[in-house]
Amino acid sequence: MNFLDSIWLIPLFPLFGAAVMLLIGKRLDPQAPSEVMIAPDMEHRADDHGHSHSDHSHSHDDHGHGHGHHDAAPATRILVSLLCPGMVLASFLLSLGAVLQLTAKAEKFHEVVQFTWIAGLPFKMSTGATALFSADWGFLLDPLSSVMILVVTGIGFLIHVYSIGYMAHDGGYYRFFAYLNLFVFFMLMLVLANNYALLFVGWEGVGLCSYLLIGFYFHKKSAGDAGKKAFIVNRIGDAGFLLAMLLMFATIGSVRFLEVNQVLHSGKFGPEAAGFGVLSAIALLLFVGATGKSAQFPLYTWLPDAMEGPTPVSALIHAATMVTAGVYMVARSNALFQLTPETSTIVLVVGGFTAILSASIALVQNDIKRVLAYSTVSQLGFMFMAAGAGAYWVAVFHLYTHAFFKALLFLGSGSVIHACSGEQDMRKMGALKDKIPVTHRTMFIASVAIAGIPGLAGFFSKDEILWQVFSSHHGSKAVYTVGLVTAFMTAFYMWRLMYMTFYGDSRVEPEVAKHIHESPATMTIPLSVLAAGSILAGWIGVPKLWSALPDGFRLFEHWLEPVFKPVAAAAVPEHHADHAVEWMLMGLSVAIAAAGILLARYFYSKPYKGEPIEGVSKGLYTTLLNKWYVDEIYDFLFVNGLAKGGGLLFGRFDSAVVDGGVNGAGWLTRFTSSVSIWWDTWIVDGAVRLGSFLVKMSSYPTRIVQTGYVQAYALMIVAGVAILFGYYIMR
Amino acid sequence: MLTPVTTIHYLALSAALLLIGTLGVLMRRNIVVILMSIELILNAVNINLVAFSRHFDNMYGQIFAMFVIAVAVAEAAIGLGILIALFRNKTTVLADEIDLLKW
Repeated sequence: MNFLDSIWLIPLFPLFGAAVMLLIGKRLDPQAPSEVMIAPDMEHRADDHGHSHSDHSHSHDDHGHGHGHHDAAPATRILVSLLCPGMVLASFLLSLGAVLQLTAKAEKFHEVVQFTWIAGLPFKMSTGATALFSADWGFLLDPLSSVMILVVTGIGFLIHVYSIGYMAHDGGYYRFFAYLNLFVFFMLMLVLANNYALLFVGWEGVGLCSYLLIGFYFHKKSAGDAGKKAFIVNRIGDAGFLLAMLLMFATIGSVRFLEVNQVLHSGKFGPEAAGFGVLSAIALLLFVGATGKSAQFPLYTWLPDAMEGPTPVSALIHAATMVTAGVYMVARSNALFQLTPETSTIVLVVGGFTAILSASIALVQNDIKRVLAYSTVSQLGFMFMAAGAGAYWVAVFHLYTHAFFKALLFLGSGSVIHACSGEQDMRKMGALKDKIPVTHRTMFIASVAIAGIPGLAGFFSKDEILWQVFSSHHGSKAVYTVGLVTAFMTAFYMWRLMYMTFYGDSRVEPEVAKHIHESPATMTIPLSVLAAGSILAGWIGVPKLWSALPDGFRLFEHWLEPVFKPVAAAAVPEHHADHAVEWMLMGLSVAIAAAGILLARYFYSKPYKGEPIEGVSKGLYTTLLNKWYVDEIYDFLFVNGLAKGGGLLFGRFDSAVVDGGVNGAGWLTRFTSSVSIWWDTWIVDGAVRLGSFLVKMSSYPTRIVQTGYVQAYALMIVAGVAILFGYYIMR
Repeated sequence: MLTPVTTIHYLALSAALLLIGTLGVLMRRNIVVILMSIELILNAVNINLVAFSRHFDNMYGQIFAMFVIAVAVAEAAIGLGILIALFRNKTTVLADEIDLLKW
């Protein structure tokens, strides 16, 4: 079977699953309406500041309720559980086949065009000529998209399997899988598209699924608000993406990846080293799009709120796949970014700033999922640091390793929350190590991996990022320092999470403690597979420094080389790495990671008595706990301003202009109708009445004769007879 | 000495009856009376027919008078039937209160 020519089938499988679920899912998994509305509140969310927990007992009750209904799940539900993960598995197997066949090809790309999607819209080019904007419904499989589809379908499949167990107690089981499959479809469209326009379809589609799944517990206002926030903040980025796409067509004349890259590589456009040209504008607008989708400063605020969604969603969409779409898109546009070093510097700085900002917030958060959410923002910052430094393959490498250990961390936290009857506040956990051993072991591996201990996936990618930022032509020593501090914070907050959750003293409420149980096999098996991935995934991208290892260990970089080949016009001098410096920096980052872990151990292995940082500086603690007040600043600057502006618009503009227009139109109608009434009354009716009046007048003499009295008629007969007689007699 | 009854007397009686009947039809309000007046007119005609039958000494006039009586009976029956139907609808038998025969 030729998998390469059937790559269009890969996204079709999950679409089929989603369609089946949306059409007949309700019949396969019927539920009483009341059960949907009081669905167990698994995602019981700690109050923003973690101070109020008055409604705990409520959440426990709900959980117990869920258990009660567990056995009553309809038999056809098994179809949902088989079909949806099965579709993703089918996609994964197809992807695997296609990628294996791609490795055998000399030319490392394969394009399949299904049909013309947008055919010839007249479009004015920057030269003034009119061109036809066209885009195909086509798929491109190259090394970059092959990495992405394997991550999306592979990790997506594991998370689907995990969801079978995790969502078992929830209402809307089929709805969840429908959205999840729909998400996988759009994500595959995003990474397999052969042009920016089709990529944008997937881009918007995953945004929609993200919105639907964040607001999955729609009966909770906070979940609905979080969904809306994610959608609206993403709109800002999407506007940038759209403008970039149109500007790109106006300048380059195509939105097809291969054509755009060919033009950019041809030397038609020189590097815009100094000044800010049209290419820089395109690159910057693309990056605005990426900051929205990939939660970078200043558009990152939606991602922590997105934790309102079910935990598998957080793992799949808000950690492993969708939020990396921005990184993918920047990597896909690498030729453009190579030609615009100024914009690359912006990417580097924004990435670094986001990384350290969100890592600092993660230091003090108490909600286990929020820590991971800020960690995700921070790791995405690392990816953009790599992309900004021109090391695109490293960005994608970190995307790929991060997908394993961050998905694992989220799924593990979901398992912890599952065990603790919906509790998400780490101050109410502790000493869970022996009660949920599989979860503990797998999360241990993930935490070691993300901290950057050599031998595990996170080390290879993160160390490579730091080294590239330090040494590359476009890198920066200052940003390297920021990265190093962030790496330290990462190790610290991850191990704070581990110690507060699994070690130390148990602060679990007695009522909850009775119910603590290890999760079912559908949940622990994906955890174990991901744990294996977190250990092994990094070994295909070991540093160049480890030259003792055979070339196969550097597979990842070689594999992506055809996609990230340097643009001749923007070639940078090959940096001659000083091996001693590189070894030293590697040692430094490992030492930093170890220091972070040990510091966390020092503070949190003892019984928990508040945050140590609170003792150092109360003000700093409050600032961090309140996320640097960024949400409040946005509320003040934009949201309130918009609301006030909206009020002003309503008060003045609406009542004066819009209502005025409507009222004016009404007045005009009334006026013309009154003219019409006058005309009707006097002219039309007048003519009719004149006619009737004339007829009436002329009938008057006849009418006085016709009285209706029979005797009057008789009188006339007699008179007539008399007259006739008189006439005949007189004649 | 009584004056013998001649044709001219019959004709005078007939003319008087006709005049009385005509005036009755034209002037009385009650439809029953109007019908009776019509009978007077018919009988005036009958007297005329019979008088001329005797005068000319042939039976045609008398036979015709028989027909008139038969027709008068039918007319009276129909007339009274109409009158009852009218009374049921209008609760009146006064001709000047019934003026539907216009327009």
